[in-house]
Amino acid sequence: MIREFSIVFQNADRLLAGLANTVLLAAFGLLLALVLGGLLSVLLMSESKSVALPARALVDAMRCIPFLLLAYLVYYALPSIGLNFDNWTSGLLAIVIYNAGYMAEILRGVWMQLPTETIDAATAFGFHGRRLFMRIILPQVVLTAIPMIGNQAIQVIKDTAFLMIIAVPELTHAASSIQSKYYVPFAAFICAVALYWAMCGVIEFAVHRVEKIADARR
Amino acid sequence: MSTADAMTAADLLSLLQGTVVTVALSVSGIAIGVPAGLALALLLWRRVPLLRHIIPLYVSIIRATPLVTLGLLIYFALPAMGLQIGPVTAAVVTLAINTTAFNCEIWRAGLIDFPRDQIESAQAFGMSWPHIVWRIMLPQVVRTCLPALVNEMTLLLKGSPAIAVIGIVDVTRAAVRIGANTYEPLPPFLVATAIYAGIVFVFVRMQRWLEAFSLRDEAET
Repeated sequence: MIREFSIVFQNADRLLAGLANTVLLAAFGLLLALVLGGLLSVLLMSESKSVALPARALVDAMRCIPFLLLAYLVYYALPSIGLNFDNWTSGLLAIVIYNAGYMAEILRGVWMQLPTETIDAATAFGFHGRRLFMRIILPQVVLTAIPMIGNQAIQVIKDTAFLMIIAVPELTHAASSIQSKYYVPFAAFICAVALYWAMCGVIEFAVHRVEKIADARR
Repeated sequence: MSTADAMTAADLLSLLQGTVVTVALSVSGIAIGVPAGLALALLLWRRVPLLRHIIPLYVSIIRATPLVTLGLLIYFALPAMGLQIGPVTAAVVTLAINTTAFNCEIWRAGLIDFPRDQIESAQAFGMSWPHIVWRIMLPQVVRTCLPALVNEMTLLLKGSPAIAVIGIVDVTRAAVRIGANTYEPLPPFLVATAIYAGIVFVFVRMQRWLEAFSLRDEAET
């Protein structure tokens, strides 16, 4: 057992490179998904049916399919329409498209619950359109949605592990390659699990801190 | 090219077989995970020494662990420790270990919210603990937990393609194989999407039916 773990520690650089890829994929994926989801939520809240319905269809489709299926679709189907990306980029693209749907739904849910007083007051002060959204609605929605965004961030980190199947060199892929070279399955995967656990711990801590700041501002 | 041109009857059959695999493995995981989660939640709720520290640790670790990683760990590490298991067993164990943790959280929340006065009056009537749990608490807690439990079932279903890494051919894997053979990935992927949506729909309908059933049950008593 100790020998197994020492082999993994000798290959720590590979594991850490995988960890770095997982962190980068999750961080960029989450950020872009949040931006895209914010735009989608505006479409979802639109009073025009011809705008809201296609957005609704896209969001519902994302919530129905497994992430791996979408990742495969992006990986295999895009080249057939002439778009070629490397594995890393198609993995990132899959994360962004998939989670934009979830983010849109989270933000829309919070938006619907928003007290109307602040919005009424803002319109009385002459806020409307883009300025109303950017200055009044969005800050409140994002602050309230922080715990849910944190949960989704944990989901994104876990979803990146699927990308090993399309050969993206992320954390589970690194653990798997160490295990297949030295045959140390227990140590390799337990180390990966510990690193995933640590990442989620960081996110939970960050959400806790941001919530405190948000509470102080209310 | 239309779906019918790209995919043969054999392709559709393999998607159907994949569907059976996906449903069978997910349902097995749920069948173990729902009662196991309840058992852990009850142990937590009764503050059993030692376990009250171990169970939250288990839940916290599993909540952070991807199904792919868990599947690989179980499939490769258990045989290395001398426990021979096949891919199907490994898949069911993986899904069960995963969903048990999430179900434990759901049941725990349901138990915490349970009104104490009902328990106290049941005790005043001299009911034993197993009796109180089975006859008083469970019927009510099941109803409050049902939406969250069904939601977790659909999440497990969407996570189930992870077991492809240990060589099991589920709907997703079957669709990928067809796409690779026909060079037309879109049609099988769309069929697979429809299949997942269909299974989720069945789960949600089942929830409605169970809710109606438990309400009718209450009306009769």
